[in-house]
Amino acid sequence: MLRDTVARLIVEANYNIPTDILQALRDAVDREESPLGRRTLEQLVRNYEVAAAERRPVCQDSGVAVVMLEVGQDVHWTGGSMQEAIYDGVREGTRTGYLRWSVTGDPTRMLNRSGEETPAVIHIDVVPGSEVRILFASKGFGAENMSALKMFVPADGVPAITQFVLDTVDRAGANACPPIIVGVGIGGTFESAALLAKKAVLRPLDVRNPRADVRQLEVELLERVNELGVGPQGLGGRITALGVNIEVHPTHIAGLPVAVNLGCHSTRRISTML
Amino acid sequence: MSHVFELKCQNGISEHDLDRLRAGDSVELTGQVISVRDASAVRLAAAIREGHPLPISLEDQILYAVGPSPPKPGQIIGSAGPTTTSRMARFLPSLFKAGARAIIGKGELHGDEAAPFLSHGAVYFGAIGGLGALLAKQISSTRIVAYDDLGPEALYALQIFAFPVVVIIDRHGGNFHEIARTEWRKAR
Repeated sequence: MLRDTVARLIVEANYNIPTDILQALRDAVDREESPLGRRTLEQLVRNYEVAAAERRPVCQDSGVAVVMLEVGQDVHWTGGSMQEAIYDGVREGTRTGYLRWSVTGDPTRMLNRSGEETPAVIHIDVVPGSEVRILFASKGFGAENMSALKMFVPADGVPAITQFVLDTVDRAGANACPPIIVGVGIGGTFESAALLAKKAVLRPLDVRNPRADVRQLEVELLERVNELGVGPQGLGGRITALGVNIEVHPTHIAGLPVAVNLGCHSTRRISTML
Repeated sequence: MSHVFELKCQNGISEHDLDRLRAGDSVELTGQVISVRDASAVRLAAAIREGHPLPISLEDQILYAVGPSPPKPGQIIGSAGPTTTSRMARFLPSLFKAGARAIIGKGELHGDEAAPFLSHGAVYFGAIGGLGALLAKQISSTRIVAYDDLGPEALYALQIFAFPVVVIIDRHGGNFHEIARTEWRKAR
């Protein structure tokens, strides 16, 4: 069941852009002041309409499969390895959906090894209850390559966070395929800040942080990012990002880890209950 | 917004066309382009360095930084948008020396990565990243020329028509990503 679900999710994620992102792009067409930027946004919307209608991958980069599971603590898996079921599902969907093998088995390239789009990156949260929620994402690497993490000190505070986000987006420029989604993870430890940023970038654009002050920072950062002038595809304009999502977690009294994970305009994600 | 140039590149791109293009021009390309990607660029550059014959002549050719997804039955090609050009930047001096005159890709090139365009009189065309489904419709045929063991990174000769790009780096020192950013940035 898990295998079949994953196989379905990877195909649907790659053929259909999330509705909130498509809506944000449509809205952006009206807000973009740059003629070249507006034309670019119109083409992106058209690309997504064609991909959905003809069931083609929205982008040739089907990315790395990222699977975030929320598993109820009363759940008991039967019938084999959960991890293998996910990998099998990714391979199956990649084949049946005519998706590109975008994973290399050996990151050092010292071995010549194709990954057949696996292994996937799997994150598991154990939660109360007996249900399983899957968030599946195909993470393209144009934007992933431009992401960054920095260990600040407490006195650096929000001004440093703000500048780091702006610098990361500015440096990414056209490479991250703007208009982008900016995921910011603040706090935790070195590795958990990065995971927070990933969760942030995969959060729907119409879901805001529950904390009012963090929500305010999301709004301010989006405004600042859109003053950078990068614009759609770096061709200049007002719409550099569609959203800035922030996730926070308590951290050490000596630290302020900040991770910025960038998502391209086709940040492919889909979630379902198993 | 400037008008759209239609430009033929069946036998490569001409000196005349290279000269008249300016950063920011919108262009529709029709003719042949040769795919290049991380793995195939390594092999091409090695062949050029070692003086081996190339699997296809790069003389006056336009390269396209792309690794397409596989075609469904009945399709010519799967999704086929541009990949990030800067990953290919270190190979550009060799590829230009072997005759290539332009590359289509996405993303920015600055400083050392942009310098080979000026010194070799080459042009950088930006295609829209993440436009893979639409751009595939502007490709009328594909032929694997070499390196088919590299899968999506194999060396393809692609026939394109009315393929939409914007001139990012011209031969006259213009870099449109820099020009556009300066124009649209709001000062604080």
